This record gives sequence, structure tokens and C-alpha cells, in this order.
Amino acid sequence: MNFILIAVIVLGTIGLIAAIVLFAASKKFAVYEDPRIAQVGELLPGANCGGCGFPGCSGMADALVKGADAGSLDGLMCPVGGAETMGKVADLLGMAIANTEPMVAVVRCNGTCEHRAKIAEYAGLRTCAAMHACGAGETACGFGCLGCGDCVAACQFGAISINPATGIPEVDDEKCTSCGACVKACPRNIIELRKKGPKNRRVFVSCVNKDKGPAAMKACAVSCIGCGKCEKECPFGAITVENNLAYIDHQKCRLCRKCVAVCPKKAIVAVNFPVSKASTTSMSSTTSSSSETSETSERKEEQA
Amino acid sequence: MGKLIVSLSPHAHSRDSIERNMYGVIIALMPALLASFYFFGLGSVIVTVTSVAACCFFEWAICKYILKKESTLRDGSAIITGLLLAFNLPSNLPIWIILIGALFAIGVAKMTFGGLGNNIFNPALVGRAALLVAFPAQMTTWPKIGQWDTYLDAETGATPLSIVSSAIRTGDVSVLDQLPSSFELFLGSSSGGAGAMGEICGLALLFGLAFMLYNRIITWHIPVSIMGTAFVFSGLLHLANPVYPDPVSVLLTGGLLLGAIFMATDYVTSPMTPKGQLIYGVAIGFLTVVIRNWGAYPEGMSFAILIMNAFTPLINNYVKPKRFGEVAK
Amino acid sequence: MKIKTFSMGGIHPEENKLTHEVPTIVAELPKQAIFPLSQHIGAPAKPVVAKGDKVKVGTLIAEAGGFVSAPIFSSVSGTVFKIDTAIDATGYRKPVIIINVEGDEWEESIDRSNKLELVENHPDLTPEEIVNRIKNAGVVGMGGACFPTFIKLTPPPTAKAECVIINAVECEPYITADYRLMMERSDEILVGLELLMMGAKVTKGYIGIETNKPAAIELLTEKCAKKFSGTKYQVEVVPLKQRYPQGGEKQLVDAVIQRQVPAPPAIPVNVGAIVQNVGTAFAVYEAVMKNKPLFERYTTVTGKKLTNPGNFQVRMGTPMKNLIDACGGMPEGDNKLLAGGPMMGKALTSTEVPICKGTNSVTIISDDEARRKEPQPCIRCAKCVGVCPMGLEPYLLAKLSEVKNWERAESEDITSCIECGSCHYTCPAYRPLLDNIRLGKATVMGIIRSRAAKK
Repeated sequence: MNFILIAVIVLGTIGLIAAIVLFAASKKFAVYEDPRIAQVGELLPGANCGGCGFPGCSGMADALVKGADAGSLDGLMCPVGGAETMGKVADLLGMAIANTEPMVAVVRCNGTCEHRAKIAEYAGLRTCAAMHACGAGETACGFGCLGCGDCVAACQFGAISINPATGIPEVDDEKCTSCGACVKACPRNIIELRKKGPKNRRVFVSCVNKDKGPAAMKACAVSCIGCGKCEKECPFGAITVENNLAYIDHQKCRLCRKCVAVCPKKAIVAVNFPVSKASTTSMSSTTSSSSETSETSERKEEQA
Repeated sequence: MGKLIVSLSPHAHSRDSIERNMYGVIIALMPALLASFYFFGLGSVIVTVTSVAACCFFEWAICKYILKKESTLRDGSAIITGLLLAFNLPSNLPIWIILIGALFAIGVAKMTFGGLGNNIFNPALVGRAALLVAFPAQMTTWPKIGQWDTYLDAETGATPLSIVSSAIRTGDVSVLDQLPSSFELFLGSSSGGAGAMGEICGLALLFGLAFMLYNRIITWHIPVSIMGTAFVFSGLLHLANPVYPDPVSVLLTGGLLLGAIFMATDYVTSPMTPKGQLIYGVAIGFLTVVIRNWGAYPEGMSFAILIMNAFTPLINNYVKPKRFGEVAK
Repeated sequence: MKIKTFSMGGIHPEENKLTHEVPTIVAELPKQAIFPLSQHIGAPAKPVVAKGDKVKVGTLIAEAGGFVSAPIFSSVSGTVFKIDTAIDATGYRKPVIIINVEGDEWEESIDRSNKLELVENHPDLTPEEIVNRIKNAGVVGMGGACFPTFIKLTPPPTAKAECVIINAVECEPYITADYRLMMERSDEILVGLELLMMGAKVTKGYIGIETNKPAAIELLTEKCAKKFSGTKYQVEVVPLKQRYPQGGEKQLVDAVIQRQVPAPPAIPVNVGAIVQNVGTAFAVYEAVMKNKPLFERYTTVTGKKLTNPGNFQVRMGTPMKNLIDACGGMPEGDNKLLAGGPMMGKALTSTEVPICKGTNSVTIISDDEARRKEPQPCIRCAKCVGVCPMGLEPYLLAKLSEVKNWERAESEDITSCIECGSCHYTCPAYRPLLDNIRLGKATVMGIIRSRAAKK
């Protein structure tokens, strides 16, 4: 009898002390968590892929709620869930999403092996970042693609790969989630997120060289020399030339392709337009002649 | 004019290479190898050749058929593993047991972790430990020296360490009188002495150490700290109770020199900073004496090294070199 | 006496001082001179000439573009051809002024005589005046880093200068420009040192020279004794044991006065030392005593396969090609063209790059030595830890940069790296340690700056 009593008292006391300690700890170290974070977290895919740029979905949920409190969800995008998920999240948080238009990463360099002569050989660490720190690289163009694939390494979705024939990365439109990891990884800011466009059709300047005309001309056969012809030709005012470089605003561009025809250096590229249509217009010059890469990428993308 | 080559600085290299270091270690092992041939004759030749060939074969086969990458045989590390494994074995060990040991050393301890540079434990020691557990009888009977033409049928005898061990267990100091003199232990020439192949001649091992230090293959930190600690700690024990052996014979018996010079200094499994290497060495010296005197096995060196191999990442994480200009806290 | 050196790490690369005993010759004038606007650390200079302007030797062509900046002077006489871009030592196209050379007409204010001007004959020189003249003459550190010299002479109020250390170590392999300068212009260098000590308001001076230059040690010791004994100045020539990177500021201060400069942002003057290159001392002499702005320097052109390597007194803006041709032309086969020595020099993609204020050497490395070997896995041999002169763990920093763990890289003091390349030099696995560390360091510095900007 005594034996049982002792056991009960001892265990009871231990239980009581533990309960008090736990209660005190939970009061003292209580952390308030916004219940909306958990709700948003449930809407997200839960794949923890990191494509949004945050460490996992809970990080994204946290950022979304904070963004909503700050009054804007701009720049926050779940690449996996897409517009649908973001719409639900926005409803929950009572926000409107400004930009749910599908975007895609675009590589703005066409300096393939045949367009850009090699003037040197790089013998160091084979990453773009190291090569960029070393100087212009193996060619005379100090702005163009280095071809070591930092963007490929950065892509979580296997959407970007170096084409062995050209040495330039290519983006798979279907796999690209427009998370922007490659944009950050590229030391030369060649990759840009642009509107995916109807039927993946896009027109863009495939060059980021800011050298003056003669220097750019010497460095690469398809470099933009900032001549301004496209700027004058564009009926929608979508093209601006700054620092010897033309840029097409993808929000204003209506894909008329007039600029493609006038570019003397074939630096403006139109992708995913049907070839037959192109032959009737002045487009023919682009697709038939020097921009072979855009053609191959077109074909690839059509197959995909 | 040819092409211009560019890269970031520096543009000069010492022309040191992994091969140079590995083959340097192999050269340093040669005196001990010759000594083992001299003392154990035919048996030692068979064991060494088998072990080295098996290690190289397993490395080549695993690279080619399992990992499907270029063979890393050329760097010489498999030869070192083979030699060190052989040095830890009795010279009358059957070939099939050696093959199992080599498979453990290369297959389990080295290649599963990703090959040279990634293994946590010293491959040769893992091979030895596996054999010791799997084949305790074969692995604890040691042939006597001076049998030139015997292999499997070699006559076995008591090693100095087993003499020490029985002295401690019985508490009888007089047993220690059977120990050969320190000088004989140093040369390995004691009549009727026995032991593992590579550990028999202290002099040959010290030649190897001198060669490696001179060529800057290793630094002094690990061997000196192991020997120093073992010497001091066992010396204190000997003073307290003479049943424990005197420090000089502690240094010269068993695999202490072999381990301190060749096994503990393995690049991959030892700490990176001089301070860390000292901590590692002191701990190995201490653990060796502890295991020898109070453990179940007469020899503690290999287990001491394996234990400290496990602590190496921790040491690397917490022991930092003194930064330039750092103010002492 | 024990020969001094710095306290941790270091390597001993093959010296290859091919041009030690080759007397300096004056390089021919180029047909066209190219002046990059950014030849120094800090803001680029701003051009003050326009296309078609006539300039003389010593004419100001670009003024300092900020506090940390330096003006640029023409080294030739002629006409400004254009203001354009050209590839400079960074490997990128940068703004430059290009001048077509016509004749060799100097500004009259420059004293072209060879007469040694002594400080004693100019009692009106004040420290402020000296610093001002150095600033206006565009003098920057001539050892390669090109930090404007006048800033070093005016330390922040929190630090007090105690001595001037002349860096005559020249620990980089191949380069001999500083050695030739010491052998040929030692009197001027000592006057330059005196001016630097006056400018920094100190009386203690050291000249650190490695023991592979015994003639220079002997010559300068003798001249110092003659010049400074009995004056208020105490100048000591300190022989140093050969070891790379002894010419690094922090290592040199450690070697000469046994004081360690703490981690960045501390600079040598925080422990009382102002370090100046011998070339800078000479430039200071010319700027202050001869009124000659910085447009000329000593440069070594060297390489094992060059037929005729040599030392040149060259006008800045001269394309490297001219000097290489004077040495027998670019060797056959594949080469690496370096502005600077093999340890810290910059590899260039064009021989048209001009000699700038910091170009102490044009080094050409040929054939096998020009290429790096294929990297192998790290075998954790710890040799990089042993040679790091800053007490860092290069293997770890390189790995952290590779996996982009910037927080840990920062806590492991990646910003202390001086990019000397000892780790890479010594790595038996040929790993590109410094490539990775350099990228990591740049990223971490960026993170630290943006964090500071936010506060």
C-alpha cells in the first residue's frame, strides 16, 4: 500500500512540476504568428522548390502576408502554382494582383561561335562569374554571353541549357517558370523576363552590347550598334536607343516585326512566328540569313 | 602569333601535384617494406603484392563499372592503401582474407564516400578493423620473424604487445622481463619477435618520416604530438605502477610508429589546421595508451585513429587558425 | 642577426629575375598614346581636353574626378585624336583619351635637368605644400594598386603616422623595375623618402629590401648613412628574407616593424605605418622637386621566351606592343600576356593595352606555363592553410563561395583575403581556389556595403 502511495506521489509531483515549467515556458516564449501565413501556406503548392526565391513555401507565405500588409504583392509570384494560385492568395489577402501575365526568360545574346570571333582562350575556373571578373572573356565583346552556364546551374526547373552548337543558352518556354533565378545568376544581365506573348511569339533585341558602333561591329556580326533605325521605324514607340543599344519595351510591342526588317545587323530577333507568313513580308531576310540560331530555336520550340 | 590565354591571377604554380605527394609517401614506405621483406620473407611478399594488387583492382573496377567515371588509379592513393593494409596484417594471412580486407578498404571506406578526398575514415584502417572483427583468430596470431621461405605455415609467436597485455592483466611485473630490449625493438631484430609486417622495424619507419618531412609532404604536428603524448602519458603510468610498460617500449612496440607516421597523417582524414592537428595527435596518443592498457585488444593505435577520424570534421569546424592581425581575446 | 620576414604563411616561387642586370633604356615614343581615364583606385578622371586640342608633354588632360582620384597628364606632345573607349588592363573597354604624337615638346614649367635637387635648398617647403604638389602631379602608388598617394599621407584623425616604410621588396617573380630604379636613381629615391617623411610629419623611415638584391641593400645602406646621419631623420634599410607576398602592405609592415594590421577596414596607418613603393618615392621626388607630373615610369618587359627582355623608362600611354617589339616581339605559340607579375598580374586579351601608372611589368608566360592544369578533387592536404599569409582557410572559403554560403564565408573572414594567390600556387590538386575566393569576397563585400547603406 505504502509502496503504491509513494509511486503515485512521486509521479504526480514530477508531472505537476513539468506542467508548470511547460506552462511558464509557453507563456514566456510565446510567438505570435499571423494566422493568415498558415492559410496562405495551404494555398501554395507545398513543393518547397524555391522557385519564388524564398526558402520554401512557408517563406513565400510569410513574404506574401508581409507584402499584403505593405500594400503590394508586386514581384511575388509562385512559378509553380501560376496565376491561379496567386489569384486565390490575392483573394484571401484582399489584394489585387497587377501582373499575372505569363512571363518567360529571354536570352538577349546571339553571339554564337560563328558570329563572334574568339580572340583569346580562357583557362581559369569555368563559371561565367569568374570569366566576367577576368575581363571581356574569349571574344572582344565585353557584354555578351560567356557560355559557361551559370544560368543553367541556377535553374531549378531544367528549363535552360547551353546549345552545344552555338554555345549560347536556350530557354525551354514550357519548362520556364519565370522565377528569375537565371536573371540573377547572369553576371552580364543578358537574361531578361519578358512577356511570353501570344503563341510564345516575341520580338526582342538579342544583344546587350553598349559599345559604340565601330567597336560593337568589330566584336560581333549580330551586335546592336545603336543606329536607331528600329526606333524610327516602330509605329508604337516601343523601342528606345540608349547607350548605343536598342531596347524593345515588351509591354508596348505589338509584334509587327517592322524593326526586324530594318535592323542592318540582324540584332532584332522574332521567335515562334510561322515561317510561311514571314516569307511574304520583309521578315524573310532575318530568318533566311544570319540569324540561324533563332531559326533553330524556333524549330525546337515548335517541336516542344 | 598564337592565341592569348587569359585567366585570373595567379599565373604561376608550384608544380606540386597529388601524384608527387602520393608517390612521395610510397617512397617513404619503402624502407619499412624492405624491412618487412627482410624479417618475414616469402609470406610478406605474397601479402603485400596481393593487398596492393587487390586495392588497385577494386579501385579501377569500381570507377569503371559502378561509378562510371575515369579511373583515379593514377594518383597512387590505392597503392598507399594497399601497402598500409598489408603492413597491418600478419604475414601468414590467406589470400582470400586479404581480398576481403582490400574490398572493405577501397569499396566500403573509400569509394562509397566518393573516392579520394571524401572519405571520413582511413581506408586501410577500416579494412584492418573489419578483418579483426571478422577473423579474430587469424588476425591475432603473428608469425615470428626470420622465416624466409614460409607463408601459411609460418610459426607464430607472442608479440611484445601481447606480453605487455598479459603483464597488465595478471598484474605480474616479472612477465615484462620477456620483452626484448628497446634497441632490439627499434631495429626489429629481437630473436623470436613477432608482429604485423610493417610495424616491426622502428628505424625504417623513422627513415620514412624524415623523407616526408624533408619533402614537405607532411608537417611535424601529427607524428610529434602522437609520440609525445603517448610517451608522457605512459611514462606517468609507468612511474605510478611499474606493471605498465616503460614509455620507450610503448613507442617502439606495436603499430604506434607506423600509425603516427603513416596512418594518422593521411591527408584526407586528418584536420586542416596546425592547431587542430595537434589536438588530433594528442587525442590519438592518449587513446592509444588507454586502449592498450585497459581495452580488450592489445593494440589500440588503429582504433584510436579511427575514433579521431570521426572527430576530424568537428575539429575542422571549431579549431580555426589565428587570423593575421587578430587581437588575442 | 636574424633576417626579418612576416609572421605567417608565404611561399617561395621561382624567381626568374631575368632582367636584374639589364640597365634601363629609354623607350621610343609611340605614334599614338592612349590614356585610360581610370588608372587609379577611385573615381575616373574627367577629361579637360577636346578633340583637336594641342597638348605638350606634361599638359593636364584629365582632372581628378572626386576626392579619391588623380589627375592625368599627357606624356607626349601632339594633337588629341579622340576621346573614345579602348580595352585597358581590366579587360574591358573603358573611356580613354587618344593622342597622336607630334614631336617631343615639353611644358616649360618642368625641370628637365639631371641635377639632384636637395630639400636643404628649398627651405620654404612645408608639409602641406609637399602633399599638395603630390596631389596635383597625379602621383599614385606605383607598385600596382595605384592608390592616390596624397590620401595615404593625410591619415584619418583617428590614426597617427609614426614612420614611412619604403616598399622595395619586389617579391613578385620576374619583375626588376624597382631594383633597376634603386640601382640607377638611389639619390632621388632618398630625397623622395625625405619628402614623404616631411609630408607625413614623421622622422622615422625604413626601406624594406629582400635579400636577393644584395647590391641594392649595400648601396642604399651606404647612401642612407651618408645622407641622414646627423639629421633629425632616422632611416634604416631593413634586409628581408625572400618570401612572397612580402610586398603586400600588411605583410611588409609586419616584417619591418612587427606590427599586425587588424582586419579590414583597418589600414597600415592604424598601426602607425605609411607604406610607399620605391617607384612612388621617385615619382614624389620628380613631382615636388622637378615639377614633373607623373607620366613616365620604370617598367620591366620580361618572359622566358622573349629574345631580349629588358627594363624601360617608358612614357605612359605607350601600347605594350611597342615594348614587346623592342624586346624581340611576341614569342611563337600560345602566350599569356600579363600586366604585372605572374602572381598578381592581370591577363590581357590585347597587346594594344597601354602602359599605365601602375604597370610595373609586362610579363609574357609561354607554352605549358600559360595554361592551368585540370583541377582534381581536394585531398585536404592543408597546404593552402599553411601558406595563407592572412591565417585563413582557403579550401574552406573556396568551397563556401562555390556553394554560395555567403553568411558563413563572411564569418570565416573572407574579406581579409589579400588575393595574393599563395593558396592557388601551392595546391597540388590544381584547384582554382583564388578564383572562387575572389568571387566570394566580391559578393560578400557587396552584401556588407548594402547592409551598411540600409542602416
